Amino acid sequence: MGDATLGKGRPAPLLARWPRKALSLVVTVAVTLLGLLFVTFMIGRVMPIDPVLAVIGERATQAQYEAAYQALGLDRPLLVQFFSYVGEVLQGDFGRSLRTGQPVAQDIARVFPATLELATLGTLIGVSIGVPLGVLAAVYRGSWIDQIARILGLVGYSMPIFWLGLMGLLLFYGILGWVSGPGRLGVFYQGLVPTRTGLLLVDSAIAGDWTVFRDAFSHIILPASILGYFSLAYISRMTRSFMLEQLSSEYVTTARVKGLSEWHVVWRHAFRNISVQLITVIALSYANLLEGSVLTEIIFAWPGLGNYITTSLLANDMNAVLGGTVVIGTIFVCLNILSDILYRVFDPRAK
Amino acid sequence: MMHRSGLKAAAIAALMGATAMPALADTPPNMLIVASAIDDLITLDPAEAFEFSAGDVVDNVYEKLVSFDPTDLEAGYQPSLAESWEVSEDGTEITFTLAEDHVFASGNPVTANDAAYSLQRAVKLDKTPSFILTQFGFTADNVEERITAPDETTLVLTLDQPYAVSFVLNCLTATIASVVDSETVMANAGDDMGNTWLRNNSAGSGPYMLQSWTPDESYILQANENYSGEAPALPRIVVQHIPESATQRLQLERGDIDVARDLSPSDIAGIEGSEDIKVMDELRGRIQYWGANQKSDVLSNPQVIEAMKWATDYQGMADSFLSGQYNVHQAFLPETFLGAMTDTPYSFDIEKAQALMDESGVEDAAISMEVRDDQIDLGIAQSLQNTWGQIGIEVELNVGTGAQTLDVYRSRQHDIYLGAWGPDYPDPNTNAGTFAYNPDNSDEAQLTGLLAWRNAWAVPEAMNEATQAAVTEQDTEARAEQYMALQEEFAQTAPFGIMFQQVEQNAMRSEVEGWVAGGSITSVFYWAVSK
Amino acid sequence: MTSLPTPTTWRAWLTADAPASRRQARAASLYQGWQRLRANRLTMLGLAVLALLVLAAIFAPLLAPYSPYAQSLGDRLLPPGSEGHLLGTDSLGRDILSRLLFGARISLYIVLLVVLVAPVLGLLVGTIAGYAGGIVDTVLMRVTDIFLAFPRLILALAFVSALGAGIENAVLAISLTAWPPYARIARAETLTFRGADFIHAVRLQGAGPVRIVTRHIWPLCVPSLVIRVTLDMAGIILTAAGLGFLGLGARPPSPEWGAMISGGSDYLLDSWWVATIPGLAIFAVSLAFNLIGDGLRDVLDPKDSGQ
Repeated sequence: MGDATLGKGRPAPLLARWPRKALSLVVTVAVTLLGLLFVTFMIGRVMPIDPVLAVIGERATQAQYEAAYQALGLDRPLLVQFFSYVGEVLQGDFGRSLRTGQPVAQDIARVFPATLELATLGTLIGVSIGVPLGVLAAVYRGSWIDQIARILGLVGYSMPIFWLGLMGLLLFYGILGWVSGPGRLGVFYQGLVPTRTGLLLVDSAIAGDWTVFRDAFSHIILPASILGYFSLAYISRMTRSFMLEQLSSEYVTTARVKGLSEWHVVWRHAFRNISVQLITVIALSYANLLEGSVLTEIIFAWPGLGNYITTSLLANDMNAVLGGTVVIGTIFVCLNILSDILYRVFDPRAK
Repeated sequence: MMHRSGLKAAAIAALMGATAMPALADTPPNMLIVASAIDDLITLDPAEAFEFSAGDVVDNVYEKLVSFDPTDLEAGYQPSLAESWEVSEDGTEITFTLAEDHVFASGNPVTANDAAYSLQRAVKLDKTPSFILTQFGFTADNVEERITAPDETTLVLTLDQPYAVSFVLNCLTATIASVVDSETVMANAGDDMGNTWLRNNSAGSGPYMLQSWTPDESYILQANENYSGEAPALPRIVVQHIPESATQRLQLERGDIDVARDLSPSDIAGIEGSEDIKVMDELRGRIQYWGANQKSDVLSNPQVIEAMKWATDYQGMADSFLSGQYNVHQAFLPETFLGAMTDTPYSFDIEKAQALMDESGVEDAAISMEVRDDQIDLGIAQSLQNTWGQIGIEVELNVGTGAQTLDVYRSRQHDIYLGAWGPDYPDPNTNAGTFAYNPDNSDEAQLTGLLAWRNAWAVPEAMNEATQAAVTEQDTEARAEQYMALQEEFAQTAPFGIMFQQVEQNAMRSEVEGWVAGGSITSVFYWAVSK
Repeated sequence: MTSLPTPTTWRAWLTADAPASRRQARAASLYQGWQRLRANRLTMLGLAVLALLVLAAIFAPLLAPYSPYAQSLGDRLLPPGSEGHLLGTDSLGRDILSRLLFGARISLYIVLLVVLVAPVLGLLVGTIAGYAGGIVDTVLMRVTDIFLAFPRLILALAFVSALGAGIENAVLAISLTAWPPYARIARAETLTFRGADFIHAVRLQGAGPVRIVTRHIWPLCVPSLVIRVTLDMAGIILTAAGLGFLGLGARPPSPEWGAMISGGSDYLLDSWWVATIPGLAIFAVSLAFNLIGDGLRDVLDPKDSGQ
């Protein structure tokens, strides 16, 4: 919307263009997802790991091998396989996982909430520390707090996450015993609260079962903090940069000249102005955590989507990999578009 | 839900007492909590299941005609569902008489019909382990005539030729011979004889039934109230998927679990001396070996192969990174198997190896080795790479996932394959029939199940015949001697370097009693465990 | 050609108030940038670490007390400070210091290769899309979006599984996941230049699109790509280490740092150093790259600066 006059009292152009915009958006998303599927599918097919062997194992005879090969439909031409797969996906059928023997959709429904919960808590931690830190670093530019923010950020960007995870596990679980170990929940708490959302913290809170809540919390807090740290590094840096831009702008100078309190200037004016940009950044960082938690999930034996996709990939369980990738890709694309829309709708300066 | 409120009380008490996150000091008394790598589980259908972890589930959920006594594994197969059996005079017919008191978890009694159905089903489904049954001449077409149940308590197997009875009965202790509840299975069957349903449900008469299996997370077994034997001391078994050794150890030390099954040698060493933890060593059937593809010019030179066998630091590995978990073992039959050879003809001798290399005329050979991405395998591979390098054999390691390396191996595209082999049933033929038997070495034969074929090794005619003769020998002692001779010749001539036999070290809280992982012949016995 | 003034010193030439040529102006601005960079102590620290890394990589054979592959099963898992093994030994009795030094070569090698592949790929796609416009632009940018929508590590994992483990394949996989942002930058730059007068002039002189893109547009895109690449280096190292950790990077017995962590994680509880030391090395090097990138950003984009 290159409409510079868009603003008070003139929402009409936006609405008028809405259907066309929406349509092109839908087409874009569909094409992107189809491409995503295609690439993943082709990777799976050129992969030197034989999916049949993953099912039948070491001892199978050649006849059993061929029976399984045909049962998996691998004897059909590649494109036929691809389109029949897309057709099934459109009906919500991701096929059956070779590795777990379960329908992939069911597997994903099981593992996705684990990833969602982890990434959400990670983002919450990142935002609740990163945003204030970024604002303070910008306001007290060059001070010790700015330096701390900077160093925290640089260290966060430089740390191998799997190593940090290992060390964290060793220190906080192994030596100090402050948190629970890998996994989502201690065994004896499993199955005590009914699954409503699949998010254990939410489910146990709904059920009012605080012992389960506490156990789940003590499992999630370490991996979530580690993810949160990485998101903090990114968010605080972006917040600082946005704030600096605002604080050096004319209206802030004007406001200061008018004698408004510094607090008022910072939070009421500058911060309010960056909130849209910030939402975009947070959405991006959230998407990154959803997809980027792979190594953390592996270290913490977290039964989430990243772990699921990786394990499946190594066994060339392509139905599972495809399904998982489509879900992550969809979320990623949607969050991107959402932040884009937010940005365009709410930020009058967006071109 | 009695234990639930008790648990809560304990948890709340712990909460009030500690500021840090509480770890419960003990696991609940009626529950066994095991940490193990169980991501190999694909299916729990006994006709299909063939993975290590699957054996642990299936063998505790189903009963078989014959099975083992955990307190005396060496006694071999014992009556279970079958109280007795008779062999016809020509040796081709075995008649089992079933005990009458066994009942499935559903409440249905176990009959000879169920047994016949289960065996027929396994043959007809023709999944990977089916060869254990079909080697007696059963096919999808003839199995209904050859496995019959003339009445409720009589089961008759008709074999295609006389076999050593011990061979047949040993095969019937394998998981594929588990007896399923035919009524329940048929009620849940689609057109696949219940294969899909049995993948994650159970229909057995064993001490436990499957309560849940969440792939990559855990499985839970719950005591079967209709079990005919003594009720298990621990009515609930929870096995969590914990792949990392360090994690298992931390959990065990903190008392979050009762048993840790995959501790590395260094973690075992690390917990030694702890009062709360004990380690049980059990010799398992898995052997570590390498196979050399005979299509390779260098590797088909017998002197090179022999040199490689001498240029292997068996004891050095067994004393260092394999310490306590692998014994030096150089025969294809694992120790405790009938006729297993315990001699170790080869030792680390670089000079001898170098002399053999000089004799062979091969200089500066460059070969590759397929290795699974697993710390034990990688350790062995790098040690071999190091010592073989000293006699002029450059080794490049191709590291891949299990499926990747297996694919290369089955299609005969490797130079050296480094891997493990576990027996499929507790009879010497399980290994003899794959290491020392290859009736047709041509590429077209596609005998991908045979290790000799995979390495393109044309087994000498005499050895092929000896392997076949050993399965029909009725006299057990004579049979043992035949295998002994077979292994001696194999160790000298075969393009296989057999190096180690696995010792499983299960670490557990000191109050756990009766843990038996199954020795070299079977799987864990959860029902025998108490604490 | 303007004649060069005869400067008394290079410094005078570089700091001249009125540069006499475009070349002098560019050199002068680079020099000023360098001066500002030099004032940033953290950046200098980063450069120093990087220099150390390069030296370690070059002189590894001289510095390393042992061969990185030499095993000694009798001397396994010696702690740091043991006689003859400053940083201890790993599970096969190999000297960790020696492996660390040789591992520096692998890290540099990976970074260099990725830097040679990914931006070039991005540059190609971005400039073609930007210059050609229309349907070509739409298609290429759609492809870029598809790759951007991928979970990066998973895509890299998939590529490596497809190609087989190994350094070159890891590099290829990382490059294939790293190019889309470069393509976007290159396209954006191309769009700003496409309509510029000098491009029109070149076109009027009869230059074809290939010539215009390769001779005139590419050189202009390079600076912004270089900055972005510097900022991405740490990410490349971390991804490579992640692949190594999952067993998909360099092949054993190669002393790749990520693989060293993975090999050491089995001994974490009793022999912490086996996994910790290579982890610290990875951290130090990616921190160095980040410090340099940060400093560069300060110089080139002052509003973001912390000084």
